[in-house]
Amino acid sequence: MKTKSIINSRDIPMLVVMILFVLMFGVGSVMFRGFFSMQNFLNLFIDNAYLIIMAVGMTFVIISGGIDLSVGSMLALSTMVTSSLLEKSHWNPVCVILIVLAMGVALGLFMGYLIRKFDLPPFIVTLAGLYFARGLCYVVSVDTIAINDGFWQTMAHGQINIIGNNFISPSVIIAIVVLIAGIFISRSTKFGRTVFAIGGNEQSAVLMGLPVARTKVLLYAFSGFCSALAGIVFTFYTLSGYALDGSGMEMDAIATVVIGGTLLTGGVGSILGTLFGVFIYGTIQVLIVFQGTLNSWWTRIAVGFLVCVFCVFQRILESRGTKEKRKDTSAKAEKTPVKG
Amino acid sequence: MSETTPIIEMRKIKKVFPGVMALSDVDFRLFRNEVHAIMGQNGAGKSTLIKVLTGVYEQDSGEIFLEGKSIRPDSPLAAQKLGIHTVYQEVNLCLNLSVAENIFIGKEPMKFGKIDWKAMNRKSEEVLARLNIDIDVTKTLSYYSIAIQQMVAIARVLDSSAKVLILDEPTSSLDEGEVEQLFKVIKKLRDDGLAILFITHFLDQTYQIADRITVLKNGEFIGEYKTEALPKLELIARMLGKELSEFHSTTHDEEKKKASAQAVTDTGTLMSARNLGRQGSIAPFNLNLEGGDVLGLAGLLGSGRTEMAKLLFGIDGADQGDIFIKGRKTAINSPRNAMMAGIGFCSEDRKNEGIFAELTIRENIILALQTRQGVLRFLSMKKQQEIADQLIGSLGIKTPSGENTASQLSGGNQQKVMLARWLATDPMILILDEPTRGIDVGAKREIMELILDLSKKGLGVLFISSEFDEVIRCSTRVAVLKDKAKIAELSGEEMTESGIMHTIAGGK
Repeated sequence: MKTKSIINSRDIPMLVVMILFVLMFGVGSVMFRGFFSMQNFLNLFIDNAYLIIMAVGMTFVIISGGIDLSVGSMLALSTMVTSSLLEKSHWNPVCVILIVLAMGVALGLFMGYLIRKFDLPPFIVTLAGLYFARGLCYVVSVDTIAINDGFWQTMAHGQINIIGNNFISPSVIIAIVVLIAGIFISRSTKFGRTVFAIGGNEQSAVLMGLPVARTKVLLYAFSGFCSALAGIVFTFYTLSGYALDGSGMEMDAIATVVIGGTLLTGGVGSILGTLFGVFIYGTIQVLIVFQGTLNSWWTRIAVGFLVCVFCVFQRILESRGTKEKRKDTSAKAEKTPVKG
Repeated sequence: MSETTPIIEMRKIKKVFPGVMALSDVDFRLFRNEVHAIMGQNGAGKSTLIKVLTGVYEQDSGEIFLEGKSIRPDSPLAAQKLGIHTVYQEVNLCLNLSVAENIFIGKEPMKFGKIDWKAMNRKSEEVLARLNIDIDVTKTLSYYSIAIQQMVAIARVLDSSAKVLILDEPTSSLDEGEVEQLFKVIKKLRDDGLAILFITHFLDQTYQIADRITVLKNGEFIGEYKTEALPKLELIARMLGKELSEFHSTTHDEEKKKASAQAVTDTGTLMSARNLGRQGSIAPFNLNLEGGDVLGLAGLLGSGRTEMAKLLFGIDGADQGDIFIKGRKTAINSPRNAMMAGIGFCSEDRKNEGIFAELTIRENIILALQTRQGVLRFLSMKKQQEIADQLIGSLGIKTPSGENTASQLSGGNQQKVMLARWLATDPMILILDEPTRGIDVGAKREIMELILDLSKKGLGVLFISSEFDEVIRCSTRVAVLKDKAKIAELSGEEMTESGIMHTIAGGK
């Protein structure tokens, strides 16, 4: 008995996020003059490129049922090392980028190793990572280090024109590459599917013969890579390194992932959903800027509210799903054809 | 069935756990094109044997041969690589992935360096078609019933070069139609050349599907039989480890006859159950328990004894039927309700569900009483000691003082503490699930005498034991269970070991 429904129930959260984004953008367009424009939409990409990159890594970690609290500090450490190497040691920009990315991967690998080897909760290990990386920032420098490197200046001020008078920044290109890579990995590679399996039922994944241990370690390395890259992109905005950069950003990343329909319990989620999570997060900020009188902290209140609503919504969807299933399968048991 | 070389041969397998001989020199043979059932009571060594075969445990001595070659799998994965696959009762798949993915994950068809979803879905449909299943493989697995999930688990195994398929209690959560469907699949696979090892507690199912039966008892190999050459009655006898002739057909216990002769201040019906049942747990049954009654529940492992007890004590909620306490309909849907209604329950799992080993004997005894009183009405220490000491004395719990921790007691004395705990609450009805398991013979006698004493005082007792002779010695009536249903109630002359066995073997 084949019934291919048009909308898979798995996709409902994704749809809701998309609709919510369109609604919010629509409301802004109706309320504020000048809100509705291609450029304003592209600005969502431009302003949040680093968050998109970071959230892609976070999405994988959360789908696996884990969490990575170190990403905000890793971003800061990445900005510090970048600016220090560029300005104090005057290294070649390409070398700097490679070294910073390698550092992110290495720290991530180490955390992943601890999590797997000693079977520690990711929450604790990455919390330690959060403090460790933040502390290292101050070892590099207590003060802000400004970046005057030519390549960085170009990246910061570069504009790439697309469709008419609209433009995007080089950072956006990086973010989009990471996004596409993330979508590809999650859908079409063994690594990606193993991440989903681990999030669904780790014990089963082991019994099915999947490389669970290796995948778990690589996950945190990937997240470390993403947050280090996010740090580099972040310096394209600020043209400086500062030890307090990105504090609390791990929570922003988690929030966008959750709003994007990824279950904190693991097993369900999508990169595309996370992109829309970031869009919604960005739109709230823009709405508040356009509104003019509200304090920017209202962003937090709105995000908090949304995260809450989405969690409850998913839970309701889930329990309705199981109820439906019960009805459905009892009917199915009779109907399932046994040609035999 | 040709008697060629077996695909699996296990010779003189021995496995010792600290203090327990789990397997001693067990032989086992499995042939291509056959369904083989391993039967045995609790502790017979069935699951240990399977775990040795699938690489979960390593045997202490003995050898395993796969198609004549000696093997020694050191992990389930290693066993799988050899073509030995297991489908567990708890389906070990990922509910969040699609059916197709569950079949192919880890060995997905690739195209241009990426997963070829189309090919995967098509191949999944083909594999499932082998099992006569036609479903949408792109849906998540959680969408389907346990039965389908099990088939998917089987399908996953089939795709690879499977030689041996082990099904561990596959039918325990399936309904009749689903079992039938599964059996069709099993037969088809058998005819396709697979060797299937089937583990179940359901007697009738064994006779429906198995070609050959190996019987184990207490870690020892009892025998290997062709199913048609082993009548049910004999199988039961072998599982219990006795020859048929050993079963006396008379009730022979003096003491019990005395007890029932003196019979008791009749307090009328204490508890009755009408059509009480729970799907997947136990079929609806009727039950009557009068004051002074000791109603024995007899049946093989997995026959539904414990399930029945759990229903009566409110641990599992019934989904149909009613319980009447002293003629009044009473809703018992939690142990607390049951306690308030005057029911006490000693679990079969003394270690995990009964005794708090770190607490003192006094504290263990007071526990249920305190719960019944509520936290606010605290019992004074003096009162507690009084109650505890009195019960320690009357039950003959061997301890220097009530302030020793329960962990210092022997199994038999721990069991008495459990009894004392419920007696402290002054119950009308006691449900005792395997109170005599794992304790020595002397302690068993004492426990049984206690049970008889209590019944003389007008208590109603529900007594569960896997030892038929104990059930008969203690009980005034015996309810016989089989395959998760109550099938008969025996009393008087019929109440003998062979009577019980014939009832179980005879079917419904």
